[in-house]
Amino acid sequence: MVATLAAVATASGLALSACSSGTGSGPPVLTWYINPDGGGSDPTKGGQAQLAKECTDTAQGRYSIKIQLLPNSASDQRQQLLRRLAAKDSGTDLMSMDPVFVAEFAQAGFLDPVPQGDADGFTRNAVKPSVEASTWKGKLVAAPMWANTQLLWYRKSVAKAAGLDMSQPVTWDQLIQAAKSQQKTIGVQAKRYEGYMVWINALIAGAGGQIIENPGASADQLKFGLASSAGQKAAAVIQQVAQSGVAGPAMSSTDETAALDLFSNDATSGFLVNWPYVWAALPGNKVSFIDDVGWARYPQTVQGEPSKPPFGGIELGVNAASQHKAEAWDAIKCITTPAHQKLYMLGTGNPAADKSVYDDAAIKKQFPMADLIRESLDAAAPRPLTQYYGDVSSAIQREFSPPSSVNPSSTPKQAADLITAVLKGDALL
Amino acid sequence: MSATPELDVERSDERPVPPREGRRRHLSDRSRAERNLGWRLAMPAFAIMVAVTGYPILQAIWNSFFSYRLTDPENKHFTFLSNYWVALKDGVFWQAVGVTFLITVITVVVEFFLGMVIAMVMHKIVIPRRTLRTIVLIPYSIITVVSAFAWFFAFRTDSGFVNHWFSWVPGIDPSTDWFGNFWGSIFVICLSEIWKTTPFMSLLLLAGLAQIDTSMEEAAEVDGATYWQRLTRVILPNMKAAIMVALLFRTLDAFRIFDNIFIMTGGANGTSSLSVLTYNQTIDRVEIGMGSALAVLLFLFVLLIAFIFVKAFKVDLAGGRS
Repeated sequence: MVATLAAVATASGLALSACSSGTGSGPPVLTWYINPDGGGSDPTKGGQAQLAKECTDTAQGRYSIKIQLLPNSASDQRQQLLRRLAAKDSGTDLMSMDPVFVAEFAQAGFLDPVPQGDADGFTRNAVKPSVEASTWKGKLVAAPMWANTQLLWYRKSVAKAAGLDMSQPVTWDQLIQAAKSQQKTIGVQAKRYEGYMVWINALIAGAGGQIIENPGASADQLKFGLASSAGQKAAAVIQQVAQSGVAGPAMSSTDETAALDLFSNDATSGFLVNWPYVWAALPGNKVSFIDDVGWARYPQTVQGEPSKPPFGGIELGVNAASQHKAEAWDAIKCITTPAHQKLYMLGTGNPAADKSVYDDAAIKKQFPMADLIRESLDAAAPRPLTQYYGDVSSAIQREFSPPSSVNPSSTPKQAADLITAVLKGDALL
Repeated sequence: MSATPELDVERSDERPVPPREGRRRHLSDRSRAERNLGWRLAMPAFAIMVAVTGYPILQAIWNSFFSYRLTDPENKHFTFLSNYWVALKDGVFWQAVGVTFLITVITVVVEFFLGMVIAMVMHKIVIPRRTLRTIVLIPYSIITVVSAFAWFFAFRTDSGFVNHWFSWVPGIDPSTDWFGNFWGSIFVICLSEIWKTTPFMSLLLLAGLAQIDTSMEEAAEVDGATYWQRLTRVILPNMKAAIMVALLFRTLDAFRIFDNIFIMTGGANGTSSLSVLTYNQTIDRVEIGMGSALAVLLFLFVLLIAFIFVKAFKVDLAGGRS
């Protein structure tokens, strides 16, 4: 089976490289693997497809950019990119990567480091976590394109009835109490998938902890901060959300969409932690109470300790096996200009990585919470930067699933033990 | 995938063994020529089978002796049986084996009874015979991933209708989370699998039913046999070969269950089957060595099942042929 898959991957790679390297005549075609966004593959909808087309026009015949869609979920995107990169598929030139893929790809030597002269331009105005996530062992290996963070969305009427002052930072404990007293829900992501890891990491970081204390270390040197008091506090929040039932009847299968649906239910909606795309998605969900929806910074794990909102987004990388690396970096320079980041943010609702974009009048009009997004992004905590991220994340998801089984005194410790055993090759995942 | 052709190969290997030594001498020149022609005609197909199944199998066995992570090829090193040892002493592996057997037993048993009923109905009905057989086959023609999604959405709390339709059943209410626990997940996974593959079972059984000489049934009826007696004394014994083939194919198929679990739970709540576990190591963790070891173990299980069926139940796969 393995060999067959490899053969298929290689075969499709060959086919693609055959088209992309051209036949000597005509400019090189760069293939850009994009994650699906609101624009799909339509070059008029303000998505990455439109950026590809505009940058092809800008290049005036030096190169053209062709897009290929990756699967929907982050794990599937990683699997496909990893297979192509490992097969040295020269038909993959540009890649839209989730920040957590960067370390693994870079450590394996799959990413072309950013050319000396370009690094400053890519990072000068970018939010801090996106630069951290694009850097591996002191080298910039990717360019921040857009940056994502979660906000706390709430019903103003529910918060008021529960006596919560939303102009001040709120804690998870307060939210759980408020939701319980008003018999409303808190939308979270607790299915066994990457989104659950996002929540767990934000909770631990919010309590001042770190899942991995020495990022970049090799497998046998990694030190985990899971069993710390921060890890226990994070687990306690999950335990309370699960036990109080405020996350809805199907907490163990909630992803972003399910959480948004929960929040769209007029009768029970109270609070929601989710990415800014929900602002654009609420009208589509036929929500009648949009005037009642407020937003605030991500909830605190510990009273008084500033929260560390989740960090996501996309970094652009160049495949080390690409035959058109110079053109690819040129294309990335074009794709990541503030003007294009603004266009992308307006078109898809995905926040720009470039801070200057948030001062734009059109952005402020479409995103009334633009300043909060920028503030949250700068305060955000990236997920652990490690080449073993996939294993770390899967192991944590496994030990923390289902959320109703989370026990602050044992779950974080078990997760750390499992990661250690898995990385040593002593356990399966 | 490899199971079915594998059996064919095994069978053709079996042909020239001892007891037939005596018979071989009596072969006429003509039948010997026919047999040789048969071999020559089958040879290209045989060679291709070996190339496309034999080679990957050997490579998987070879890879399974290494600690080999695709993102870290420099550290690839020979560990011999260590991957097998790690897998065999890990609770996760046995949990997956248990789940796989559980799903296999539940689905094959239920499918057999349902399939038998459907086959008998189809056998009796004369008027829209062809239409009926086509309609029965529809679930089987649906891609497993699609049917998995259909059942998944039907049982979800947000998009599903099942909870609303069956809210009168004790224990089911609109907020019942089927995918939040082990038995709920297994129930829906099995239901989807049964719905999809029962037609296959019933068609194989129908072929067996059609082979029974109706005059035997009539004779039994004239002799005063009840319906139950005719079923257990005449019908079932006469279609034993078809039943065994149907059970064998479905068991081998069910044992490799992947799609439903992948779509519905992704292996959460302890619902990982052996295939899902293998997928996770190979495709997600890119631990090629460990993944290959699990694939080989899965292959051995499949071989064992086939062996038990063929030897213990004396399934004659050449049943229909003389």
